[in-house]
Amino acid sequence: MTRKENHSLLIKGGHLIDPAARINAPMDILLRDGQVAEVAPPGKIRGSADEKFDARGLIVAPGFIDLHVHLREPGQSYKESIATGTAAAAAGGFTSVCCMPNTHPVVDSPDWVTWLQAAERGAMVNVFPIAAATKASKGATLTDFRALQHAGAVAVTDDGKPILGDGVMREALRLAAELNFPVIQHAEDTHMTEHCSMNDGPTAFRLGLRGMKAEAEASIVDRDVQLALQFTGARLHVAHLSTAEALKSVRRGKRSKARVTCEVTPHHFTLLDSDIRDYDSNFKMNPPLRSASDREALLVALADGTVDAIATDHAPHASHEKMVEFERAAFGITGLETALGLAIICLHREHRIPLTRIVELFTAGPARVLDLRGRGTLVRGSHADVTIFDSRKRWTFEAAKSRSKSRNTPFDGWQLTGKVVATIVGGRVVNRAN
Amino acid sequence: MTKPARGSLLGIEHLRAEEIAGLLKLARRMNPQTTRPLLRGKRVLLLFYEPSTRTRSSFEIAAKSLGAITTFIQSSGSSIEKGESLLDTGYTLRAVGADVIIIRHPNAGAPLLMAQHLDIPVINAGDGMHEHPSQALLDAYTIMRHKKALKGLHVAIIGDIYHSRVARSAIHLLSKFGAMITLCGPPEFLPEVVATLAPNLHITRTVEDAIRGVDIIMLLRVQKERLAGMKISLQDYIARYQITMSRLKVAKKEAVLMHPGPIIRGLELTAEVADCPQSVIVEEVRNGVPVRMAILAKALGRAR
Repeated sequence: MTRKENHSLLIKGGHLIDPAARINAPMDILLRDGQVAEVAPPGKIRGSADEKFDARGLIVAPGFIDLHVHLREPGQSYKESIATGTAAAAAGGFTSVCCMPNTHPVVDSPDWVTWLQAAERGAMVNVFPIAAATKASKGATLTDFRALQHAGAVAVTDDGKPILGDGVMREALRLAAELNFPVIQHAEDTHMTEHCSMNDGPTAFRLGLRGMKAEAEASIVDRDVQLALQFTGARLHVAHLSTAEALKSVRRGKRSKARVTCEVTPHHFTLLDSDIRDYDSNFKMNPPLRSASDREALLVALADGTVDAIATDHAPHASHEKMVEFERAAFGITGLETALGLAIICLHREHRIPLTRIVELFTAGPARVLDLRGRGTLVRGSHADVTIFDSRKRWTFEAAKSRSKSRNTPFDGWQLTGKVVATIVGGRVVNRAN
Repeated sequence: MTKPARGSLLGIEHLRAEEIAGLLKLARRMNPQTTRPLLRGKRVLLLFYEPSTRTRSSFEIAAKSLGAITTFIQSSGSSIEKGESLLDTGYTLRAVGADVIIIRHPNAGAPLLMAQHLDIPVINAGDGMHEHPSQALLDAYTIMRHKKALKGLHVAIIGDIYHSRVARSAIHLLSKFGAMITLCGPPEFLPEVVATLAPNLHITRTVEDAIRGVDIIMLLRVQKERLAGMKISLQDYIARYQITMSRLKVAKKEAVLMHPGPIIRGLELTAEVADCPQSVIVEEVRNGVPVRMAILAKALGRAR
């Protein structure tokens, strides 16, 4: 989706929020040939454009970036494909998504990284592959980071599983540091979470389900932060951070000037483990929904800057993988189309986090985490990726109308506030709400 | 997905005290000795994904005593072994004409899942570590035969409470009726979180404290395999928690000793305790039949 075209689009009358450029004001924006050509106060842009977009009453933001999605290709296109997953991304206002390598086969070679980016995949938004950190994500032998990076991978991870071995993780961080390559960790000490299907606590006990303890996440984050401090330039990114305890380690790391970043999902800042009723497997994901005090800590960290990005962990599954006993159901929920609405109702309206900060968590924050040059901002010369939304629009999310192939969401029928009106990728409108 | 059919019994937690009292009252009118064809021609399907002696046989005898036809399906030797999903098994049993499904399953919530997708009542015969409602009902029925009321009774529940569906159901039931419950066991079997299950639960690690002055002692089975991964050894467990004749004396003289079975003599209790006059372990099994007759009669709308 990086092809440049002779095309211009003028976005007029909107309110621009571009946290990286410290802009929060009415601005017109001219996109030309896939780039931002000009940003100027209303009515100041001269000359004609091929197309005009009337953004009056709307927020204009840099294109949203999702650091954590599962597009399920290669190998699991019954759950999702790059085409359908990126269509859902476009509907949710995401102009760039970073896809996880836990596919069949695992994306652990440069060939697969190239394959993911091929035009034939039919992506509607930018796709940035994240490659496996170890061969077949088995946690034993590191992949060829240099070759993967060269093929276009933006980071490495064994997501879905942790990189558990101390030696393997140390070596991954050391090698990646030389390449300025981030290592993304799914922090879970799986020795502590065997047979577990939700968070440990009163709800798990009442339901008779084995619970994952917060320590299973926190202990790995703590170890990784210690390791990251050992190598100059090592970049550690904590995926879907969910516990108060793990946040403490991230804060410690940031204070010690380690290059540690983290993301939080909309479901973890919205829901609690006690919301799991009637063994509804659409509330089952990993990491699991946590306690009220964990959620409170996440809300504080989202507001104060400890959290770098909101990421959805969009994890589509077919109905036959979810319509089973809770303990046997697949982990994960879809999230691309509900992220903005949940952020606005939960973070902005209920917890008074400014819209500028929310936009930052969707744009400049994630762009910084993976060093996505020219994205996450709309300064002149950036990629012409724009998300236009109505921050006050109330709407009801209907899973049946999702653009994803899968329907596994706990938010079906939820009344949300904040709706994407247009998603622009490389200067082209790829999604336009009616 | 729909609401479970009327008459389903999925757990004690969501039952009202009056519903429980109604079932117990109905059970008192059920007599397994005289066949009463309340459920003549009804098809009762017993779907067991786990082994069972007491629960299976008493449900089966209860159903037959009421004139129903019963069919027993277990996971080995059925399509379940071939990978059929729980719901597909449910649809199949519905299609062959099941009027009610009694299910035992190793996963918590499995009976509810089935009930949400079938238009016939589903009865939970034990689901993972979640609930075992018919056991709690027969225990309440048994207590009522020895004590005037559940309200105000002091009950000690001792053993592996964390892994026990019997304990969860019993705690829900007894607390709804205002019994005072003391729980006792090592931390691995009785983590503090257990106290959040119902109001007014008391935890102690000392078995003498647990049973001092109580009206009811409920023991739970201890699985040796589970002790393997714990700090406490089998010998320690026996030394600290086993109910012996001398420990039993600490309880009230007329205290009743219960155990859902299967009992392991020499582990959670001595053989003398199992066979002593205060033990109602065998009576519990016997009471399982009229209680399950009542459950089935209610499930099939013949509770008159």
